[in-house]
Amino acid sequence: MTERITGVTRRRAAAMAGAALASPFLFHIARAQTANIKVGFPVPLTGPYGAEAQDQVRAAQVAIAEFNETGGLKGRQAELLVRDDKLNPGEAATRALELCETDKVDFVVGSLSASVQLAVNNVTKARKVLYNSISQSDAINEAKDFSPYTFHEALNPHMTGGAVGRYAFAKYGKKVAFLTADYAYGYEMVRGFQAAGKPMGVQTLIDVRHPLGATDFSTLLPRIQALRPEVLVISNFGRDQQIALKQATDFGLKKSMKIVVPILLYTGRIAAGAQAFDGVVGGTSYYWGIEKTIPSAKAFNDRFRKMHNGRVPSDYGSLAYAGVKTFLMASRQAGTTDPQAVIPVMEALKYDDYKGPEYYRKCDHQAVQSVFIIESKNAPAGDPDVFNVIATDAPNEVNLRSCEELGFK
Amino acid sequence: MAGLTLQLLGLQLFTGVALGALYVLLAVGLSLIFGMLTVVNFAHGAFYMLGAYVGMWLLMHGVNFWLALALAPLAVGLLGLAVERTLIRPLYGRGIDYPLLLTFGLSYIIVEGVRVVFGNTGYPVDTPEILQGAVNIGVGYFPLYRLFVIAATAVILLALWLFLERTSFGLIVRAGARDPQIVRILGVDVARVWLIVFGLGTALAALAGVLAAPLQGVIPEMGGPILAEAFVVTVVGGMGSLVGAVLAGLLVGVVVSMTSLFAPEMSRVAIFALMAVVLLIKPQGFFGRAGLMS
Repeated sequence: MTERITGVTRRRAAAMAGAALASPFLFHIARAQTANIKVGFPVPLTGPYGAEAQDQVRAAQVAIAEFNETGGLKGRQAELLVRDDKLNPGEAATRALELCETDKVDFVVGSLSASVQLAVNNVTKARKVLYNSISQSDAINEAKDFSPYTFHEALNPHMTGGAVGRYAFAKYGKKVAFLTADYAYGYEMVRGFQAAGKPMGVQTLIDVRHPLGATDFSTLLPRIQALRPEVLVISNFGRDQQIALKQATDFGLKKSMKIVVPILLYTGRIAAGAQAFDGVVGGTSYYWGIEKTIPSAKAFNDRFRKMHNGRVPSDYGSLAYAGVKTFLMASRQAGTTDPQAVIPVMEALKYDDYKGPEYYRKCDHQAVQSVFIIESKNAPAGDPDVFNVIATDAPNEVNLRSCEELGFK
Repeated sequence: MAGLTLQLLGLQLFTGVALGALYVLLAVGLSLIFGMLTVVNFAHGAFYMLGAYVGMWLLMHGVNFWLALALAPLAVGLLGLAVERTLIRPLYGRGIDYPLLLTFGLSYIIVEGVRVVFGNTGYPVDTPEILQGAVNIGVGYFPLYRLFVIAATAVILLALWLFLERTSFGLIVRAGARDPQIVRILGVDVARVWLIVFGLGTALAALAGVLAAPLQGVIPEMGGPILAEAFVVTVVGGMGSLVGAVLAGLLVGVVVSMTSLFAPEMSRVAIFALMAVVLLIKPQGFFGRAGLMS
C-alpha cells in the first residue's frame, strides 16, 4: 500500500535524505498548484469484506489512471492514498483524520460499511473535506449526518431493499422470514424491504439477528425452516453472506423457499462458487454483464480488463470507480479542487460513468441511479458470467425517501 | 412462542450436538496438553486454523478429502512436535505463565505467517461431493456433512480412549499425568511422552480445522473465537479432564443452539454465562482436579 513519509523522525531521516535527492517535490512545504491531487481511500482490506475492498482499490486505480492519462487538472496528476480501516469505525476515523490533517488530501472516497462510513463522514465534514461514500447507508442521507461535503455514490438500503422487495414479494410470495446481520446495514435493509412490502400486504414471520462476522448459522436455520416462509431475505454482506448461503443450501432450505438477498455480491459469488448461490435473487448497483446494452459499462469494463489482467470489475469496485471519477471530473470542470467550487458542479452533474445515467439529488447528495435485479446462475468455475439480469429498476426519485422525510426543510 | 414443536426442539438439539462436536475435538486436545504438560496452549486456535489451511491447500491441489483429512493433522502434528521440542521444552518447571506467553506469541506468528502466504481474505471450501445435501433424520432435514462431523468426532474419541486405556503407552501417559516424578524414577522417558502428547494435541486441533473448513471456509482469524469457546469448554469440564471436555463440549453446543432458538443475540453470551454459573457451583469444573494451576 502507499506508505507516505508523514513526519521527520530520527528513524526516517536517512530515508528522507534519500528521497530528497530523488524528489524535488519534497521541498514544497506549502501545497502549490502543481502538487498532486490526493484522493484518500480508506477501505477494510483486512476482515470479512477484504475481497470487496481489494476490488475497490483496483477500480479506483482505473479512475485515477484515466484522469491522469487525459491530462489531469491543468497538468496536476491525481494519486490514490489507500488506507486499511479494518472495518472498524474507530480505526477508520483515525485513518481519515490522518488523511485530512497529515496527508492533506483533497478528497476522501471509500469505506465499506454502514457504520464505518458515518465515522469517516464525521471526520471529513468537521474538516470541510469532500467525501464520497461508496457503501450502502440510509443514515448518511439524513439531515443529521449530512453536510454539503458529503456525497453518496452507493445505493442506499431503502432503494435496494425496495427494488428487490417489490420484485421478489410479487413473484415469490408474501410470507417472509428475515435473517439479518446485527448492525446498521442489516436493520436498514430490513426496513427497506418492509417499506416496500407494506402496501403489498407482506407478512413478516420472523426477523432473526446474527452477529457480524458469524461463522455458524446452523442454530438459526431450523426455526426459519419450521415457520415455512415463501421468501427468506438474508441481509448480510461479504463472508457472512457466503457462509449463510452455503449453510442454508446445506440445510436444504432452497427446496421450500426462495432465498433473496438485498445485495448479491459478485466477489462473494465468485469466491463461494455456483452451488451456494444457485438460484439466489438479489439487487446490485452494477453487474459487468450489462455491457451488452450499456456502452459506458462496456468502456469501463474494457479499461478495467486492460489494467487488471482481463478480470472484470465487481459491483462495489465499480462504485469506487464512479466515486473517485465524479470528484476528479467535477474538479476538472471547476478548474480547482476547492470544495466551494466543486460542490455546485457536483450538484449539477448529469453523468454516465459506467452504468447509465446518474445524478446527485440536491438535498442529500444521493446518487439517483438504477438498481439491477439479478439471479445467480449455475455457471462453471472460472466463468465470470455468473448472473442473469432479470429486471432493472430505472433511476427515479420516487424510490428514494423524500427530502422532507430525511429531515431537510 | 409460535411454531415451537417437539420436532423443532429435536432438530435444534441435534444442531447443538453437531456444533458441540467441534468444540469437543478442540477442547480434548487442549485438555490433553494441559492435563499432561500443564501447558495452557494459546496457540491451539492457530493450529486449528493451520489445519484448515493445510487441508484447503491440499484440496486445491487435487488431493481428495479423505486423504486431506489424514495428511493435514499429520503435517500440523509434526509442527507441534517441533514446537514442543524447541520452544516449550526449555520452559518446563518455570511456572505456568511462561509457556502460556510463549504460545500466545506463537499464535500471532502463525496467523501472520498464514496471512503472508495465503492473504487476508480467506477461501471457501467445498463440501466433499459424497457428503453434500440434507437427509431426513426423523425430526426434519439435517445436512449430511454435519452428521459426518458428529460421527467422525465419535470415532476419534473412541480411538483416543482405546489408545489411552488399552495401550501400554497410554498407561505411561496417564501415569505421567498423575505423577511425572515417580514415572521418571521408574525409568520412563517422560520428555518423550510429553513430546508425543503435544504433537497429538496439535494434530487433533488441526483435524478439527479440516472438519470445520467445509462448514465455514477458511480465514486467518478463524482460530480466535473458537479458541475462546474451547477454553470455556475445558474450564467447564474441568481443566485436564478428557471426559469433562467431551461432556462440556456437547453441553456448550446445545446451550448455544437452544439459546439461538429463543434469543439469537444472546447465544454467545450464553456460553460465558454457563461458565460463570458452573464455576460458582463447582470452581474446578465438572471433573477438574484441584491444584493443577498452581
